[in-house]
Amino acid sequence: MEELLKTPLNEELKKLGAKMVSYAGYEMPVRFGSIIDEHNAVRNSAGIFDVSHMTEFWLEGEDALNAANYLVSNDLNAVSNGDMQYSTMCTKKGTVVDDLMVYRFSSDKILLVMNAACKAQDVAHIEANLPKGNVTFTDRSLETAQLALQGPKAVSILEKITTDFVSLPTMKFTEGKIAGVDCLVSRSGYTGEDGYEIYCPNRGAVTVFTAIMEAGKSFSLQPVGLGARDTLRLESKMPLYGNELNLDTTPLEARLGWAVALNKANFLGKEALMAQKANGLTRRLVGFEMTEKAIPRHGYPVVSLDDHGEPLGEVTSGCPSPTLGKNIGLAYVSKKVAKVGAIIGIEIRGKVKSAKIVKTPFYNRPYPVRTE
Amino acid sequence: MNLPDNLKYTKSHEWVLIEGESATMGITEFAVEQLGDITLVECPQVGDSANAGDAVGTIESVKAVSDLYCPIAGEIAAINDALEDEPEKVNNDCYGTGWIAKITLSDDASEETLMDASTYEEYLDSLD
Repeated sequence: MEELLKTPLNEELKKLGAKMVSYAGYEMPVRFGSIIDEHNAVRNSAGIFDVSHMTEFWLEGEDALNAANYLVSNDLNAVSNGDMQYSTMCTKKGTVVDDLMVYRFSSDKILLVMNAACKAQDVAHIEANLPKGNVTFTDRSLETAQLALQGPKAVSILEKITTDFVSLPTMKFTEGKIAGVDCLVSRSGYTGEDGYEIYCPNRGAVTVFTAIMEAGKSFSLQPVGLGARDTLRLESKMPLYGNELNLDTTPLEARLGWAVALNKANFLGKEALMAQKANGLTRRLVGFEMTEKAIPRHGYPVVSLDDHGEPLGEVTSGCPSPTLGKNIGLAYVSKKVAKVGAIIGIEIRGKVKSAKIVKTPFYNRPYPVRTE
Repeated sequence: MNLPDNLKYTKSHEWVLIEGESATMGITEFAVEQLGDITLVECPQVGDSANAGDAVGTIESVKAVSDLYCPIAGEIAAINDALEDEPEKVNNDCYGTGWIAKITLSDDASEETLMDASTYEEYLDSLD
């Protein structure tokens, strides 16, 4: 087996009892104790995640903004310097190579934060499709650490170390120091809570992590693994590449039309996505909750509940929802049943269990983000 | 790790308490630690017959689904109904209130594939 990469926090996390698994070529913590406890800590107070496996790609040069805007589906001209924007990166066919966060520093400096599991595919796609011009593409993933501090108490915890980031609005970023380390800090996350994503050079990662853990003591801050990261993002209906998104799905089917700027001059996949929109979708992503006792999982068939058991689609993600106390999931289903309230069947180990399509996200943050 | 001496163990991490013609089964502390929070136990059907090693149910944690294997041949005589609403009993007390099923042993039931506590402990050590 190929040796797994380790993030700069590997030893620290093991000291905290991390149960490590192989993920996207890295040794990563799946949980420290109970996934449910970690999930609840993020919903009720705060959790800290090592997400240093994420990739950091930089586009630099006077054509960087235009190059990025050609590679991604959302419109970077619709936001300002200092803004971040969610987007998808599509093939010519309009299917998804990866989803990402774009950080717009300036028209000649753009950061793309993408999924570690897609890295080889992303690099190949970007190198093959990067428009000619004054733009360089650099992968700085291996020298960059990323931490996510998430939860209603995230702002209060970081505030104990520095007040520099309290006023940072959601989906904006800035540069500054945390515990003496130069960091890039954005008000963002993958949990549905308020919080920060913090990037720093590898050598500063332990210092930043330790300072935040110390500041978080009085708020019961917990380290959180990939297990709860998945249940948190699923409750908030945030897609996971490899589950909701892949090279056979389009962002329109995934209900990410808000991140697809079809009125933008040109971008990879635009023609195919325009055509799909004009022709109408044949399937779409929906959220559902089980009405019988059963847990839906990635890959389970969705069928009609009548005697025919007509195939209707497939589950992309599912889990017991700690916040709702229900078993929930996401699935691609035929357009004809893709309506809130529709009853569907989920085939689980040969038995069909009933489920109901519900409004998503399953969970909405019940408090405003504090910026003063 | 807690491995009571009066129990027998399987390589698939079930425990079984054999008392004459009947047996009680559950999953071991090792299995519980591997699974994490248990959120659903699909118990065997009462009345079903099974051989040692047959899949008779499933245990689901937040992240994963695992099969439950019958540790010894027999007929399922009872299941732990309390697990339907409180699967976390398996996390909290896997050798006690978190038991999963009772089995009436078949005439040819054999303990051959089962390990005693010290053999199971050695087996666990060999897994690392």
